[in-house]
Amino acid sequence: MSIFLDENSKIIVQGLTGSEGTKHAGRMLASGSQIVGGVNPRKAGTTVEIEGHTLPIFGSVADAMKETGADVSVIFVPPAFAKDAVLEAVEAEIGTAVVITEGIPVHDSAIFWAEAKKKGNVTRIIGPNCPGIISPSKSNAGIIPSNITGPGPIGLVSKSGTLTYQMMYELRDLGFSTAIGIGGDPIIGTTHIDALAAFEADPETKAIVMIGEIGGDAEERAADFIKANLTKPVVAYVAGFTAPEGKTMGHAGAIVSDGAGTAQGKKEALEAAGVKVGKTPSETAALLREVYLAL
Amino acid sequence: MDLFEYQARDLFESYGVPVLPGIIADTPEEVKAAAEKLGGVTVVKAQVKVGGRGKAGGVKVAKTPEDAEEAAKSILGLDIKGHVVKRVMVAGGARIAQEFYFSVLLDRSNRTFLSMTSYEGGMEIEQLAVERPEALARIEVNPLEGISEETAAAIATAANFPADLVPKVAPVIVKLWDVFVGEDATLVEVNPLVLTEEGDIIALDGKVSLDENADYRHAGHEALVDQGAVDPLEAKAKESHLNYVKLDGEVGIIGNGAGLVMSTLDVVSYAGERHGGVKPANFLDIGGGASAAVMAAGLDVILNDPQVKSVFVNVFGGITACDAVANGIVGALETLGDDASKPLVVRLDGNNVVEGRAILAEANHPLVTVVDTMDEAADKAAELAHAAA
Repeated sequence: MSIFLDENSKIIVQGLTGSEGTKHAGRMLASGSQIVGGVNPRKAGTTVEIEGHTLPIFGSVADAMKETGADVSVIFVPPAFAKDAVLEAVEAEIGTAVVITEGIPVHDSAIFWAEAKKKGNVTRIIGPNCPGIISPSKSNAGIIPSNITGPGPIGLVSKSGTLTYQMMYELRDLGFSTAIGIGGDPIIGTTHIDALAAFEADPETKAIVMIGEIGGDAEERAADFIKANLTKPVVAYVAGFTAPEGKTMGHAGAIVSDGAGTAQGKKEALEAAGVKVGKTPSETAALLREVYLAL
Repeated sequence: MDLFEYQARDLFESYGVPVLPGIIADTPEEVKAAAEKLGGVTVVKAQVKVGGRGKAGGVKVAKTPEDAEEAAKSILGLDIKGHVVKRVMVAGGARIAQEFYFSVLLDRSNRTFLSMTSYEGGMEIEQLAVERPEALARIEVNPLEGISEETAAAIATAANFPADLVPKVAPVIVKLWDVFVGEDATLVEVNPLVLTEEGDIIALDGKVSLDENADYRHAGHEALVDQGAVDPLEAKAKESHLNYVKLDGEVGIIGNGAGLVMSTLDVVSYAGERHGGVKPANFLDIGGGASAAVMAAGLDVILNDPQVKSVFVNVFGGITACDAVANGIVGALETLGDDASKPLVVRLDGNNVVEGRAILAEANHPLVTVVDTMDEAADKAAELAHAAA
């Protein structure tokens, strides 16, 4: 098992014909993902060759779903067009929309999230501004490198892309059921809590690593959720202890403002919920190893 | 980006939100001239991006232009919580009958927008929220629906505005929502919103934060940047499209990915505790594609920071391959030549790490030390910075 993505996932790429879309579709295909087509209204009816696969281009997400049975869309379109792309995926009621695009205005994210919610969250949105999701050796939807490690008992949910890779690398001997990057924007679709709940229910996942960073209160809320609902061990890492107040640290949502959203506050909330929190990525990996081996 | 009050006032005015006339001034003489132009009683207000300026002596009422000039002398140069006043706004006076509060903001926790309104103004909103939460109407604004005149009336009613005032305040709330959406703001706050003795509703003070991700669709936002407050190194980095934040330390940091770089700052700080208390000098995320050109631009910014004593390059090759990063470092050092004068500690891991480390070993640059793990590399960089300090 895994969460949100498995060997049966049929993936389309919105923005497949753009340079990022083509590059990463190639990497996804090379790692064994089933990519069944792309979407570009101006190139509907044509095909593209990527990694030895001939992929059809459809005029809309709805057409692509009808023709291929696609249930996951990975979105690589530029920020100015991202809102419409996500709305199209939501409108077509695709199961999962993975939004890789960085730099989407938060008013646009607020609108596509509100629309998804209005439709009863038929579509799970992952991101935006995220590296996507990988269930190693089953499927890979996004830009997470598939060669860091293979399948295993660890579940990973993270706000940060490179810290996801770093943690997968630190724990490469154990392997992962699923690693999901949820993104560092102020409004995101899938949250730490959604992933934690799914990992709790996934029999393959035995222990969970959660990576957070400064800004917002997602980690504090996750701490409450863990305390109330999780039986599997969780260890956590929070980045940004030394971030100055009022400065955005790379991710649009990574900002400490008016004393709220600090790494220290998040660490304390998680520890109060019984979660072990590492000071560094390597210490966090060591803590995970400890709790996993004690199982 | 947070705006100054006068910038918020100007935006409000352009959306038809009722405001008082205001003129910005940088010297006491300009203040006097502004007060003469406005006539009558004026208010001289410090323009700083921090709250509590009234209590700090940053807001003064002046009956005559000479009074305004005197007020300006005491306000200009004043240090308000670390913000030195360089500019004031001279605003027209108003006869205030009552003060209220209104804001609309991004509600991250609930992934929506939130309006906060109170019929009881004249109090710090944080204090009101704690002491009299029932006096603050917190009402969600659905991003798909926004605030219509009808919604605005419902908001005002929920905030205990009396029926005769609701029709007066509701149109102002709608216009403030127009500012929020029209400018891609994450916060529009009016404290106080006032009722004058003449019976007009006026936004007397405004606080606006804008979403920088939306700058591409607002040509006017660039002009709102406070150039005087931009660190010269941050300005230089921005020209090269680098994601850089200047900090107050000795170890220059370059990494890929915002989370990894934040983490690197933390790890360097911990290491610094063992090496004379050295700290990270900056945040610099060179992103996914670390080409030689990007690496050179990044190193150029960091090596130009006189505070920097050593540099830590921390890259996890995910999409980026380590050999490309290593070539980037070697190329950057060649480009910089004698300008590269500080020790570099490099940690590479991930994609093509063996090739990457081999490239650095072969180049054998005297300034470069390659260390295998992030923790050990941070320690080495801190040690070198301490030794050079």
